[in-house]
Amino acid sequence: MAVVAAVPRVEAQAAPRNFGDQVLRFVMRAAALTLVLLVLAMIASMLHASWPAMRAFGWRFLASSTWDPVAEQFGAIPFVYGTLLSSLLALLIAVPLGIGAAIYLAELAPAWIRPPIAFLVELVAAVPSVIYGLWGIFVLAPLLRVWVQPALGKTLGFLPLFQGPPYGVGMLAAGIILAIMIVPYITAVSREVLLAVPTSQREAALALGATRWETTRIAVLRYGRSGLVGAILLGLGRALGETMAVTMVIGNRPEVALSLFAPGYTMASVIANEFAEATSDLYLAALIEIGLLLFVVTVVVNALARLLVWSVGGPVKVVRE
Amino acid sequence: MKTAWITALSLLAASAFAQPAAAQTLINGAGATFPYPIYSKWFDEYTKVDPEVRFNYQSIGSGGGIKQVTARTVDFGATDGPMNDEQLKAAPSELLHIPTVMGAVVATYNLPGSPKLKFTGDVLADIFLGKITKWNDAKIAALNAGVSLPDQPIVVVHRSDGSGTTYIWVDYLSKISSEWDKKVGRGTSVNWPVGLGGKGNEGVSGQVKNQPGALGYVELAYAVKNNLPVAAVKNAADKFVAPSIASTTAAAAGAAKNMPDDFRVSLTNPPGDEAYPIASFTWLLVYKDQPNELKGRAIAKFLWWMSHEGQKYADDLLYAPLPTPVVKQIEAKIKQITYQGKPLLVAR
Repeated sequence: MAVVAAVPRVEAQAAPRNFGDQVLRFVMRAAALTLVLLVLAMIASMLHASWPAMRAFGWRFLASSTWDPVAEQFGAIPFVYGTLLSSLLALLIAVPLGIGAAIYLAELAPAWIRPPIAFLVELVAAVPSVIYGLWGIFVLAPLLRVWVQPALGKTLGFLPLFQGPPYGVGMLAAGIILAIMIVPYITAVSREVLLAVPTSQREAALALGATRWETTRIAVLRYGRSGLVGAILLGLGRALGETMAVTMVIGNRPEVALSLFAPGYTMASVIANEFAEATSDLYLAALIEIGLLLFVVTVVVNALARLLVWSVGGPVKVVRE
Repeated sequence: MKTAWITALSLLAASAFAQPAAAQTLINGAGATFPYPIYSKWFDEYTKVDPEVRFNYQSIGSGGGIKQVTARTVDFGATDGPMNDEQLKAAPSELLHIPTVMGAVVATYNLPGSPKLKFTGDVLADIFLGKITKWNDAKIAALNAGVSLPDQPIVVVHRSDGSGTTYIWVDYLSKISSEWDKKVGRGTSVNWPVGLGGKGNEGVSGQVKNQPGALGYVELAYAVKNNLPVAAVKNAADKFVAPSIASTTAAAAGAAKNMPDDFRVSLTNPPGDEAYPIASFTWLLVYKDQPNELKGRAIAKFLWWMSHEGQKYADDLLYAPLPTPVVKQIEAKIKQITYQGKPLLVAR
């Protein structure tokens, strides 16, 4: 499990002893290099294909919020904003839910109930996103419009987050759909991480007189911290790149609105929506530049998250024994 | 037992070789999604007419169709909006637009009791510009005497994916409203002044169904199949015409008199009492001088069949068939298709 942590290298520098080892080393190195080359090739081809838009708009592309294919004026702000906000919302909902479920499954649940629940969680992860999208349009959006949004507007309407007419579809719907989609990933990976925490950790905490919650908090969660962050990052990666379900419920309006009721737009959605019919070179280049930007945003968000973990708890610790 | 096996195997092998090694011609095409149902019906039916030819069509969108036919990666393209002069110039040799069927775009809405509504192009443009925001606006009420319109905001729903349906809709609004033309213009995707975006016909109709007070546009075929309420629209002859297959064909008949030689014509707001004003052709794109004689002849023959016998399949699939005068014009155009300067269809 790559997300958990680096396993200590055993004699990594030792000279290979026989022919088989040499072949193995060569093949594995080739596999690793292929991945690196793939990423470099992606960046290179996106840079090449988005060059017309970069030349035409320069930094204005990152500073403008106009998206007008007819006049060929393109700016990325609403899409970057929509991607970040919808993913943040999804994390706010999915992280407590996913980690809570994982703690229950790994620490508290009776043994007989664990396999069926774990199986169900993995099943939910396999549902295609278009199904979530359709469910979003026909079930979630009406539910939000009729019940949730009016209630939120009445109680928390003084906050700019919960103002405006309730459409059902919009940023809130997108965040909830995304949260539902990433919960299984966060749960499944977190559960594995927690199960990998050695029993001696728990025994030590219990022996010191810690309660169940204290044991979980101090001995298990803290120990598995870097693995849990890995689980969350995996979910975040899914949320940032998710296309179909979000497109179907976010309202597809390239605007920066503070309210969660308002429609928005994400980077992945605009590419999915407009790529097939983008006929002019500049239009196509602008869409590919959005793709490049999505790549950059993903890398930056991941890097920031890792920095955050390191700053709180030192370098990533070894989880597996 | 062993010999039986060997006999069986050799029979099998013999029959495999005995299969007629028919030199099947495979013709590849790509483009518009809107006419895909009828194209796949045609390509299927056409194998009975000419078993030697197989068509393979990828509905990747009009933009992709134009790109691929220009790059000659496919033998023909298909588009819902005509290519512009710049695009035609970029093609390696002369491309012909051949109209195949027509479609219409209709306004659909969500109001209590689903009353039959009437609109003018001006009112539709004002709604989509965000200038008319309530259902009981005086301008809407004036067109719909006797209908009780609620004091409710209009929630505009449009397509979020680039599509020929959007092109037809905004092409119509651009013709009617100079303000729309100036502020928004024509395209498969535009910068919408107001509204929510739904993906595909099902996304738009889903949001219209769920949102009281919503107004959106979808293809006629989609609206009919799903029993959506649709509005009548005032045409160039000042008549309110409900969208239907007959009124869509009438739109093409109205435009036939002034048909440009290359068929690149917008059918929106055409003359004619019966004409529904938000209609359009969809076209196949073929090279006038075909690079391959065998394929070229097959394409020309198919085009002839499609514009004659093939038209009878249109009704069932809710496309409007071509009117007779337009078919005559297409006949002349198909006869211009050549291979190395020699016409491919002569004996007709």
